[in-house]
Amino acid sequence: MPLLEVRDLHVEFHTRDGVAKAVNGVSYSVDAGETLAVLGESGSGKSVTAQAIMGILDIPPGKITGGEILFQGRDLLKLKEDERRKVRGAEMAMIFQDALSSLNPVLSVGDQLGEMFVVHRGMSKKDAKAKAVELMDRVRIPAAKERVGQYPHQFSGGMRQRIMIAMAMALEPALIIADEPTTALDVTVQAQVMDLLAELQQEFHMGLILITHDLGVVADVADKIAVMYAGRIVEHAPVHDIYKAPAHPYTRGLLDSIPRLDQKGEELYAIKGLPPNLMAIPPGCAFNPRCPRAQDICRTDEPPLFRVTEDGARRSACHFWRETLRDA
Amino acid sequence: MPEPYDPQQAIAPSGAGGGMDLAMSEAETLEKTPGGPLGTGPAGKPRSLWSDAWHQLRRNPVFLVSSLLILFLVLISIWPQLIASGDPNECHLADRQLGSSPGHPFGFDNQGCDVYTRVVYGARASITVGVCATIGAALLGSLLGGLAGFFGGWWDALLSRIADIFFGIPVILGGLVLLQVVVSTTVWPVVGFIVLLGWPQVSRIARGSVITAKQNDYVQAARALGASNGRMLLRHVAPNAVAPVIVVATIALGTYIALEATLSFLGVGLRPPTVSWGIDIANAAQSIRNAPHMLLWPAGALSITVLAFIMLGDAVRDALDPKLR
Amino acid sequence: MGRYVIRRLIQMAPVFIGSTFLIFMMVFALGDPVAALFGDKAPDPATAARIREELYLDQPLWKQYLHYMGQIFQGDFGTAFNGQPVTELMAAAYPVTLRLTMVAIFIELVVGITLGVLSGLKRGHFIDSSVLVLTLVVISIPTFVSGYVLQYLFGVKWDVIRPTVSVDAPLNELILPGIVLALVSLAYVTRLTRTSIAENVRADYLRTAVAKGLPRRRIITRHLLRNSLIPVVTFIGTDIGSLMGGAIVTETIFNIHGVGYQIYQGILRNNAPTVVGFVTILVIVFLIANLLVDLLYAVLDPRIRYA
Repeated sequence: MPLLEVRDLHVEFHTRDGVAKAVNGVSYSVDAGETLAVLGESGSGKSVTAQAIMGILDIPPGKITGGEILFQGRDLLKLKEDERRKVRGAEMAMIFQDALSSLNPVLSVGDQLGEMFVVHRGMSKKDAKAKAVELMDRVRIPAAKERVGQYPHQFSGGMRQRIMIAMAMALEPALIIADEPTTALDVTVQAQVMDLLAELQQEFHMGLILITHDLGVVADVADKIAVMYAGRIVEHAPVHDIYKAPAHPYTRGLLDSIPRLDQKGEELYAIKGLPPNLMAIPPGCAFNPRCPRAQDICRTDEPPLFRVTEDGARRSACHFWRETLRDA
Repeated sequence: MPEPYDPQQAIAPSGAGGGMDLAMSEAETLEKTPGGPLGTGPAGKPRSLWSDAWHQLRRNPVFLVSSLLILFLVLISIWPQLIASGDPNECHLADRQLGSSPGHPFGFDNQGCDVYTRVVYGARASITVGVCATIGAALLGSLLGGLAGFFGGWWDALLSRIADIFFGIPVILGGLVLLQVVVSTTVWPVVGFIVLLGWPQVSRIARGSVITAKQNDYVQAARALGASNGRMLLRHVAPNAVAPVIVVATIALGTYIALEATLSFLGVGLRPPTVSWGIDIANAAQSIRNAPHMLLWPAGALSITVLAFIMLGDAVRDALDPKLR
Repeated sequence: MGRYVIRRLIQMAPVFIGSTFLIFMMVFALGDPVAALFGDKAPDPATAARIREELYLDQPLWKQYLHYMGQIFQGDFGTAFNGQPVTELMAAAYPVTLRLTMVAIFIELVVGITLGVLSGLKRGHFIDSSVLVLTLVVISIPTFVSGYVLQYLFGVKWDVIRPTVSVDAPLNELILPGIVLALVSLAYVTRLTRTSIAENVRADYLRTAVAKGLPRRRIITRHLLRNSLIPVVTFIGTDIGSLMGGAIVTETIFNIHGVGYQIYQGILRNNAPTVVGFVTILVIVFLIANLLVDLLYAVLDPRIRYA
């Protein structure tokens, strides 16, 4: 049994202007100690899926219209809010992109770290503070004892993200969801933070869902990749297979738009067109207006997630996945 | 004096945090600018800001109701004869404090004047004072505040201190002291006083938005390209400062009308024979036990007038302040 | 922090001098205080001249001002029209107005914040729109109108309270006047709280708080309110000064013998020492309240550091 299994999840947003179908039948799973990278442009539904798993979706306007989220065998969507709350933070935790705005500006970092122990473990404030110092040490924040009383704005960007990580790790959860954890950081700091995250994940044998739009980050840390487009998974594969030979034109496009050293002087590839309007997703394959391979069938028939390998570890939602794979 | 702290500035806006926000803004972007993913730019494009605001205002019922009401008030303050045939100062003591009767729906006041006629004629003083004082305060305030913000330095420091001095004087108190000496039956002393105490508020807003506008990249670019001060002020900085000033002035208009009535009520604002709701309310207050209707009608008219302007200001602010949308 | 306070106090000096001088000038223009002293009787010219000299009235205005301020800082605020020292009037009037202001602030805090939080959390719902409309209506009714109407309803028509307040101004009699005084600010507090709550509800750090699995109650009190009330607290701080100055109307309606009442009487009777004395203290209260608010800001929001 996987640690987390999302089955056929559907999420909609009901707004004044209409219904946006943000997630349309996403399924993926993560085992303990495994890292799943979820890749996609903004608006692809990767963050919304994560928020649905965490149970922090804004409802309304958001609405989960179908599917199951099985965590350690329980369907989270069937839990009562209070039971759900006890899972959040303690058994699964989330790391957000912008640590500065994600930390409360008027509470000291020690307070915010310690709060986890006070609320979930019923610790005294004093013990919780000692725990906070311990955590800060663990994520290698220098002079933790002195800095535990400081406020988020007094830390550098990298240090703040370390505090976010410490907060997520505090109760040693079984699953961590990291939503673009390094996007807001300097390139030099990105690697350090990513290494720390991977190291802690190994140490505690946690499942990790890494949400990103950056293929470069993924290669080193992920075990498998799910590529999302317009609220669906379009390709799912072990990490190295994807880099070797993508089985979906969208993944192909993403890979081609990474600048490479040997490409010097050439024009950088960019996928033409824009991500689709979630209120009016094109019929057939959602990617067809931007796809270089699109045929008539792509405009009428929505491709299922075809098995590319026998065991189903590798899948692609393209009518022409064989051709795509062959040309890679 | 520390700069007034704006939490909006201190907390960096989250670039791509919430999945929902993201999905939505993406969808909106597509609808509005099919040409490219440029998104809705900052408030630095006055034309789109204004047409956007107008588009929103037209659909806002609060705006429609309040502007109709204001239109009506302005009309009767110019031509009160449209809806009132009598003379507000033609009074018969025999009728004093009488209640409602045919032809005199609101009854009579202490002097036996027709309350309905006086309520209708009272609009003129309130609207005149409100509009004139607002124009005066807005012009003076944005001129002084705008220059202070644009040029900075000692001129800014001096002006800010002067504005502080006027802020330090409680408004009604200042009115009592200052207007007590001026005996005039026109509206101008009251207008002058309100402008005198009202401009610092506008000037602070104008100063703030000019400073913000000045830091915009394209204004910096214009400066680097050697645009003259006057040209920059007129073409780049002023248009950005206009919206906040309009908002604050519209809301102020309502409060100025209330202020005029309060001063008239205290006996230092408008004076008879000018017909003013404030004076009538003060006179009626003495006999509130016997004839509450004398107070309720002008008080109601006054409150509705103030409400109309404040509602308008509120609607305009909602439309012009993209942060609230 | 200490240096900041000193700098602020130094900056306050010109504002203090400016506003008191302005008031001094205005009051001076009210008319001849010596004539006012004698009421309707014509004073004996020799006596008048002596009084003028005593009161520095034969000096230029700025010297009079300096002389007056010098005396004030020695605790001598002059004498009122009835021969009573102004300080005695103040000792009687300021506690009354202070009580009235406290009642008003209390009402603003409790009612305003409650309504603001409710509508901010339920933004767009029925309760939110009703509260918004209500605040607009309240803001639009001038204090003297609401004062008379409420006085008439509660004091005369329904006869629940005494329509006027007795000389001692006990707290229970100050409740209705306190409400009247608070009303407009109450509406502003409600709107400010609502905006602030609605803004913070969407903040990233609040989403973090939810993701941490905190109970709803803790999220609202410890995270949402703590952040949202910072601007509200500062508004109320500055409001103390303006409420005390704005109490004139309320005190007139309910016949409360507080600061506003004394100033109003002083103006009507051309009594310069009373007016200038009372106003000077008011300006000081106003300036100090502003300073305290700025300091409070730094305490509440660690991002602000005053150098």
